[in-house]
Amino acid sequence: MWFTYVTATSKLTQLDLLESEAVHIMRETAGTFERTVLLFSGGKDSIVMLHLAAKAFAPARIPFVALHVDTGHNFPEVLDFRDKCVEKYGIELKVALVQDYIDAGKLEERDDGTRNPLQTLPLLDAINSNKYDAVFGGGRRDEEKARAKERIFSLRNEFGQWDPKRQRPELWDLYNGRHKPGEHVRVFPLSNWTEFDIWQYIAREKIDLPSIYFAHTRSVFNRSGMWLAPGEWGGPKSSEEVKPLQVRYRTVGDMSCTGAVVSSAVTVEEIIVEILASTVTERGATRADDKLSEAAMEDRKREGYF
Amino acid sequence: MSTDTRDLLRFTTVGSVDDGKSTLVGRILHDTKSILVDTMAAVESVSKARGLTQADLALLTDGLRSEREQGITIDVAYRYFSTAKRSFILNDTPGHVQYTRNMVTGASNADVAVILIDARQGILEQTQRHLTILSLLGMKRILLAVNKMDLVDYSELRFLEIEKAFKDLSEALGIAEFTAIPVCALIGDNVVFESNSMAWYKGPTILDYLESVPVLTADRTEPFRFPVQYVIRPRDDKFHDYRAYAGKVAHGTVKVGDQVIVQPDGRKSTVVAIDGLSGPLEEAVTSQSVALRLSDDIDISRGALISGITNPATVSDLLIANVSILSDHALDAGDRVYFQHGTKVVLAIVESIIGKYDLNSLTPISFNEELQLNDLGVVKIRLSQELPLDRFSDLPKTGSFLLVNQFNGATIAAGMITTDIELEPSI
Repeated sequence: MWFTYVTATSKLTQLDLLESEAVHIMRETAGTFERTVLLFSGGKDSIVMLHLAAKAFAPARIPFVALHVDTGHNFPEVLDFRDKCVEKYGIELKVALVQDYIDAGKLEERDDGTRNPLQTLPLLDAINSNKYDAVFGGGRRDEEKARAKERIFSLRNEFGQWDPKRQRPELWDLYNGRHKPGEHVRVFPLSNWTEFDIWQYIAREKIDLPSIYFAHTRSVFNRSGMWLAPGEWGGPKSSEEVKPLQVRYRTVGDMSCTGAVVSSAVTVEEIIVEILASTVTERGATRADDKLSEAAMEDRKREGYF
Repeated sequence: MSTDTRDLLRFTTVGSVDDGKSTLVGRILHDTKSILVDTMAAVESVSKARGLTQADLALLTDGLRSEREQGITIDVAYRYFSTAKRSFILNDTPGHVQYTRNMVTGASNADVAVILIDARQGILEQTQRHLTILSLLGMKRILLAVNKMDLVDYSELRFLEIEKAFKDLSEALGIAEFTAIPVCALIGDNVVFESNSMAWYKGPTILDYLESVPVLTADRTEPFRFPVQYVIRPRDDKFHDYRAYAGKVAHGTVKVGDQVIVQPDGRKSTVVAIDGLSGPLEEAVTSQSVALRLSDDIDISRGALISGITNPATVSDLLIANVSILSDHALDAGDRVYFQHGTKVVLAIVESIIGKYDLNSLTPISFNEELQLNDLGVVKIRLSQELPLDRFSDLPKTGSFLLVNQFNGATIAAGMITTDIELEPSI
């Protein structure tokens, strides 16, 4: 060796490293796939994804389109924000509506009113009909234990299914995205970020978010320990009492299964302080769909879900 | 928030079946208060349903259905936690022989490896195998956790015995240094908190070690390597002539004004601008994603390597490498494969299998034999075109590669270049 290793602290902080890693993954994807789409919900993780994509290819435009699988139960504030966001970044947005599938009789409303599991079919149809071979998602490994085992480049078969035993080893900075016609690869540039990293990055980069992430007064009712907002999706039942509370959301999703947390945090900095003191995980606090069974997420992934 | 300036340490845990690895990981997460109440409540309720009297911390990492059904860990699980001093990414890898490929995966991106040993069993064949893999992967920092000390009556003698045996093995494999710590993961002794049962031990706990071990960074004399990922050309009026080469610095540093050479073609140019993710930079360092603009309007596309003018990579179409077989499909002389290196993929042919390693001594023991899943061997590879190559021991990012199946796209092997010139087996 003609050089020596020294033990010095890198001048890159962990946020710098995570940012560089995510950009590297996005550039690898853009450099090796034919048709890439970025799943965009208007939630904080997908907003961070757009922000990173804009940085990765600046001053050129983001070289892919965005897709939103709309359950029809979204918070109106989030949909407004979504539309402003795609305009700001100059990215084309395609929307697939779960409602269309229900109207056409291709999907049936579930008894519990939750539409998150119903997103899989419209998503796979959009991927197949547009021949997308790479699909960006904002999933993080810290969210859930099946996600914790998924690769950054996650090969899916023509049914969109994840097979944990068929995963390719990922070594160094080498990502293998080879796939057969009809197969595609889900790509997760935020794999190594935690909820805390996301919030710190939002603060550092001064990224705008939909208003529902910040404390506001909202009429809510309690179901199975979660604060849900009334809406056309069906809540509340007659036995459930609606009352105004100061709340915010830690995740945004289908209104029927996304709960609010009681909070007074109105700035990103205040949210960071709250997360540091929190004793409950993001999905545990606010996602009823993950409580269905011990392997709920794994089972949905095997069916083609994100 | 001051936490923004924390650094990041990636470590991997390695152990044999039943060494209590998942328990150790669970213990680290639990005692650093990284497990929130809903997760812990889920673990407790499942433990109770299975008739266990205390929470089984292994349930925290065994995420997949088949793992819970079989009670084993079958895939790499990534865990995240932080303390006041540092953020950590933990690549938790399984110890079963059939899943060695996952161990290789987990170790390839780690700064530190924690090897777990059952104090009753001592060093097993598995341990030797793991240490061999770590030495091939160039692991610089190894922590030996001697677990289940409670089952050997916290015996200092037993601990020293194991430490000595491990030292002999490490030296034989050329591993310069390691730190040994006696622990009891189940109770938590010397994991995050000091032990009350081993007064004879004066060293650090596992967390002390992980919080204080320096993150390895290369110094400024390390040669510059920059695989080009993507060419940024806006093609609009405002940036009509803009052309930048996007990538992540694999090794070394680059400054505006530096002379560079584009490999394998060999054309030279000068860096006129470094566009960072938040604006122009004077300098970019290892692991930083940037876009470089050069003084000359030369044609560079994805797959090129931009290197420093002094100590560029060696351009060759023939190489010798250590390989770790990662797929069910055997690797044999004459196989045609894709060779994925940096951002370039070319066709290649396996000229010969030079040997298969004896996992206990790292010497090739058998020749001209195909390599099977989990084997480690030495191969000679001929490329369909010349590429810029480095030795893995010098520059791991540009000294490593994947072999990919031409037909089904599977990753067949991970490779580490030992030399770019032809060599005959020494035995």
